[in-house]
Amino acid sequence: MKKEKPIIELNDVKKIYRMGEVDVPALNGVSLKIKQGEFIAIMGPSGSGKSTLMNMVGCLDVPTEGKIFLDGKDISKMSESGLAQIRGKKIGFVFQKFNLLSTLTALENVTMPMMFQNVDENVRRKKGVELLNLVGLEKRSSHKPSELSGGQQQRVAIARSLANDPEVILADEPTGNLDTKTGRDIMVMLKKLHNDGKTIIMVTHDPDVGKHAKRIVLIKDGMVVSNHKE
Amino acid sequence: MIGIFIGIAAVVALISIGQGMQNAINEEFSKAGADRLTIQPAGGFAGAYVSEKLYQSDVDVVNRVKSVDFAVGVIIQTGRVKYKGETEGASIFGIGSDEETRRFIENVDFFLVEEGRQFKSIDNNVAILGSNVAADRFDREILLGEKITVENKEFKVIGIQKKSGSPMHDNMVRITIESAQELFDLEKTEEVSMIFAKVKPGINPSVAAEDVRKALRKDHNVKEGQEDFVVVTAEQMIEGFNNILLVVQVVLVGIAAISLIVGGIGITNTMYTSVVERTREIGIMKSVGAKNGDIISIFLMESAMLGFFGGILGIVIGLSVSKAVEIMAVSAGVNVLKAYFGFELVAGALIFSMVVGTISGALPAKSAARMNPVDALRSVM
Repeated sequence: MKKEKPIIELNDVKKIYRMGEVDVPALNGVSLKIKQGEFIAIMGPSGSGKSTLMNMVGCLDVPTEGKIFLDGKDISKMSESGLAQIRGKKIGFVFQKFNLLSTLTALENVTMPMMFQNVDENVRRKKGVELLNLVGLEKRSSHKPSELSGGQQQRVAIARSLANDPEVILADEPTGNLDTKTGRDIMVMLKKLHNDGKTIIMVTHDPDVGKHAKRIVLIKDGMVVSNHKE
Repeated sequence: MIGIFIGIAAVVALISIGQGMQNAINEEFSKAGADRLTIQPAGGFAGAYVSEKLYQSDVDVVNRVKSVDFAVGVIIQTGRVKYKGETEGASIFGIGSDEETRRFIENVDFFLVEEGRQFKSIDNNVAILGSNVAADRFDREILLGEKITVENKEFKVIGIQKKSGSPMHDNMVRITIESAQELFDLEKTEEVSMIFAKVKPGINPSVAAEDVRKALRKDHNVKEGQEDFVVVTAEQMIEGFNNILLVVQVVLVGIAAISLIVGGIGITNTMYTSVVERTREIGIMKSVGAKNGDIISIFLMESAMLGFFGGILGIVIGLSVSKAVEIMAVSAGVNVLKAYFGFELVAGALIFSMVVGTISGALPAKSAARMNPVDALRSVM
């Protein structure tokens, strides 16, 4: 059921950080095509540049050189608020540390991305409840993150990533802070989203987690060293 | 927030008291009547520090001015009043006891008599007391018909004035002008401290004031601009007082504004701390699509709220302070000073404190918005 149109395309992307007088390359010419509906794992040891790559794909950062196309649009030269707009609409983030706002309830965390898209409050609420239902946390909607377990927090984060119906879910070590069993539940949930047609890009260093993906891209020293389908 | 609320409290209290004072003065003057002119020697105020002088002959000149209905000269001096072995200072007010003066006085609130009667032309060595002099100044209340000693001369109390709320009038001892001349050795010179004049009905007081000026200039043989006297209408007097009050108020509010600025800096500091503490939060919000503008408005809103709550606290405290001042003033015998509680004062102070809060939050909000989402997310805080 895969569509052949690439949703994300990286063209010889370089990212160089300047540390004083020394240039430290984090990405050294990465080219990659990700098609709509793919489930892909970006793997590599720490310091390999996989996080930098994810930040590029997630429009959190722009490359020093090269081009990135999202949905056919060049995002490498976009303004800060243009990038924010794309992040809000097209990309849903799931982080290793969950990154929920501690002062907000589960429901408020889920509806927050819609707030930045000026969605009407009633619509926001309805959609938020739906999404919490989807991840099985409807009974926890008024709980603060500190009152939830790690697995529950990550489920809230997944619900939040879906708030604006993004095409791409970016998961950065989604199971990194969870025990094995809970991590497995989260992977089941991501797979389900993949089956529902979402493009899933996951960054991990754990081969057990990576094997859930349909394609694994291996990064080392800022370059793609292997790119194969399971 | 402490700075904001102290600043707002100070501003609110000062404006409230200042406005109350202004209202009191306006009221006092409207009691005295708008058709009154006051003629004083140049260079002084109410008889103090005056080198120029006015005389009974000037009263006659003013009386002959066509637009003036009636003029009376008065002597105002401070003197010692003795009653049952106790001595107190009071202002001694000498005024004519003739029929016309009495009619003039009867129309002025300050001179109304509550007990006893006004002067008659045959009176000698009699006094009418201001309500405070009679009731409060001495250990024992002074009763009608009793004797008091003013500057070594005995007077019989024949009247007690109605409480007017004006400290000056409530603390005076009124005697006849003849007695006053005798007491203060002014019989020969016929000097007067002040001349009050009533304008003829239907004539604009400022026109009458100009007529009086002209007549006195001619009599004193002085040119315009070199007068040794001042003619003031009731309206000008109000204006003069209000101007003085305004200057005082501007200075005081200016001082209070400094504490507001300090308060604003406090908010800026709080907000900077908050921005640093919430770096990660900012990163999260940016990652889910918050634009720089969204971040700015979140932080601005917060600092405006800080200002708002500081403002509410400040208004409550400021109004309490001015109410306390009012109560203190009343217990000190000044019962015309009412603290002013206007809606526009409250609303203005609230808006102002929110504006201060917003301005103070502007820089921290900007620095929050400028954060790079990647770095912000990586922050441990």
